[in-house]
Amino acid sequence: MASDRIFGLVALITAVAYIAAATQIQTNFFSGEFLPKLFPLMIGGVAAICSLVMVFRPDPEPDWPAAGSWINMALAVVVLAVYAVMLSPLGFILPTAIAAGILSYQISPRAMPAMLSGIGLSLGLFVLFKFALGLGNIVAYRIPTPEKLWEAFAILIPFVGS
Amino acid sequence: MEILSNLALGFGVALSPFTLFLAVCGCFLGTIIGALPGLGPSNGVAILIPITFTMGLDATSALVLMTSVYYGAMYGGRISSILLNIPGDEPALMTTLDGYPMAKQGRAGDALVLSGVASFVGAFLATIGLMLLAPSLARVAFLFGPAEYFALYLLAFCTLGGMASNNQAKSALAACLGLGIAMIGVDSSSGLPRLTGGNLHLYDGIDFLVAIVGLFAIAEVFFFIESHGKGSSIGVKLGKVSIPWKDILVSKWTMLRASGVGFIAGILPGAGASLGSFLAYMSEKSLAGEEGKFGTGVPKGVAAPEAGNNAAAGGALVPMLTLGVPGSGTTAVLLALLVTLNITPGPTLFSDRPEVVWGLIAALLIANIVLLLMNVPMVKMFVRVLEVPAWVLLPGVTMVSFVGIFSLSGSYFDLLLMIGFGILGYVLRKLDIPTVPVILGILLGGNMEDALRRAMTLSDGDVTFLFSSPIAVGLWIAAIAGFVAPMFLRNILRKPQRVTD
Repeated sequence: MASDRIFGLVALITAVAYIAAATQIQTNFFSGEFLPKLFPLMIGGVAAICSLVMVFRPDPEPDWPAAGSWINMALAVVVLAVYAVMLSPLGFILPTAIAAGILSYQISPRAMPAMLSGIGLSLGLFVLFKFALGLGNIVAYRIPTPEKLWEAFAILIPFVGS
Repeated sequence: MEILSNLALGFGVALSPFTLFLAVCGCFLGTIIGALPGLGPSNGVAILIPITFTMGLDATSALVLMTSVYYGAMYGGRISSILLNIPGDEPALMTTLDGYPMAKQGRAGDALVLSGVASFVGAFLATIGLMLLAPSLARVAFLFGPAEYFALYLLAFCTLGGMASNNQAKSALAACLGLGIAMIGVDSSSGLPRLTGGNLHLYDGIDFLVAIVGLFAIAEVFFFIESHGKGSSIGVKLGKVSIPWKDILVSKWTMLRASGVGFIAGILPGAGASLGSFLAYMSEKSLAGEEGKFGTGVPKGVAAPEAGNNAAAGGALVPMLTLGVPGSGTTAVLLALLVTLNITPGPTLFSDRPEVVWGLIAALLIANIVLLLMNVPMVKMFVRVLEVPAWVLLPGVTMVSFVGIFSLSGSYFDLLLMIGFGILGYVLRKLDIPTVPVILGILLGGNMEDALRRAMTLSDGDVTFLFSSPIAVGLWIAAIAGFVAPMFLRNILRKPQRVTD
């Protein structure tokens, strides 16, 4: 009940914001005055109606996980995000081993197998991608300067909110 | 006879040793992808697209590889349904209803072989149907103007929402979400950015591969963290595997009927394989009546949904190839593959690039035979794959997804976006909002808007132009009926829930 209502409300606000943004779309002589706005406005309108339906006719509550699982999932998101920005400055092997190890530990909390699967996956996938599939832009390792590392981390800071 | 000469052309393309090798690899990989719980055909194919791309395969080879993966995943989905009671993918849900009880009676091997044969029959007949139907539909498709295309896209979203979900508002919202995302980026006619919020990374728009991999593969990781990978161990022992001739003979008509039903369900734009297996199972169940004992582990109950599901997979290729409107999540991914290979599906594909179409069809026939040979004697080997523990599998899938997406653009932004889609996918699935309309929306949004704009430009802004031809009116009626009718049918056609032990 409540979840659907909250999601519906969020969707409604997003839809209204989308419509507002759509009215501000820049146009020029080639595109005509109205055509670039028409379809986004229609989408926003339908989305707004659907979210109202969700608010007023919600489905039964889904079974959300317990608090512990939420913390685990939030941690997984952080790990993946850090992994995403570290892939360029640090190369493939080290970040992958750490990220895969942590994920493995989160699915089945045993330290030794998790560590082994992290290292195994990272080395195995590197060999597979680099030598069997020839993905050129995967680099085994890089030794970054502290500035480069900070630059990569800084990407995440404005991203936390959006 | 035209078909035979075309087919000869197709086999000429597809029967080279290299493409055969690719077909075998694709089938093998696909069966594994389909069998692993949490890795369905859509995300399996989606993860592989960027990797195929960097391997530098030409269009035909890439198509052969990916369609073999696609068909293979459809075959593989049954393995985890029967042995684990976990559908490897959405359409395999129906197979759990009779497959798992049959496995619990100690007939797991029989169920696997029978369903493999049923898959073959369904997929084979559907490929023949595709061969016969697609060229004539392609001729009809020449009559389609922008107004008709707009209505057709609408029909795809409406039937998808109507049939595949439990709540119309939610699936329509999901479609809007996808379409809304598709609008982001530089507008093709004005050359000015739209809805980017000033973010330079968004000027190119959002790549749907990022969305697909995020919504399916990354979201799956969160589900596994939530459940700690429970329920992914084999509960049923697989004994000696022999061919159950008796069961196959008993269910031969069932397979044929289910293939027909599934093929038709697959052709409907937006309906796809889930509907195919659902309708096939339900129609066989009502035909058999009470004595049929459906749901207790009868061979017919295993054969019907598998034949239906694989026939629908073939049927879904008909609208995808002739009209450029995919019939399911996975065909949407295949459409994405065609577009990245610079092949535009649609009526002109059949006249301009016959070697691609017929090569694809020949590849499907080859893949099918390879799959039958692979899935019956070697089924034990695929069962072994299920023993890979979740704590190795899921991190592995995640890392492959990251590398795949990273190889697209080499930018961290796509990776972060993919994680965002993963979170979105988790929330949407928890709230029972379907994710396939989101994918379809992102993929088709641009085309749908183009159709609308062209219609509006042609008619000088006259809205009635959208309903000006009989085909368009028919499609609008079908779209509205497809969206509204399931609301009333829902009480009659209730989706069977999974059997619990």
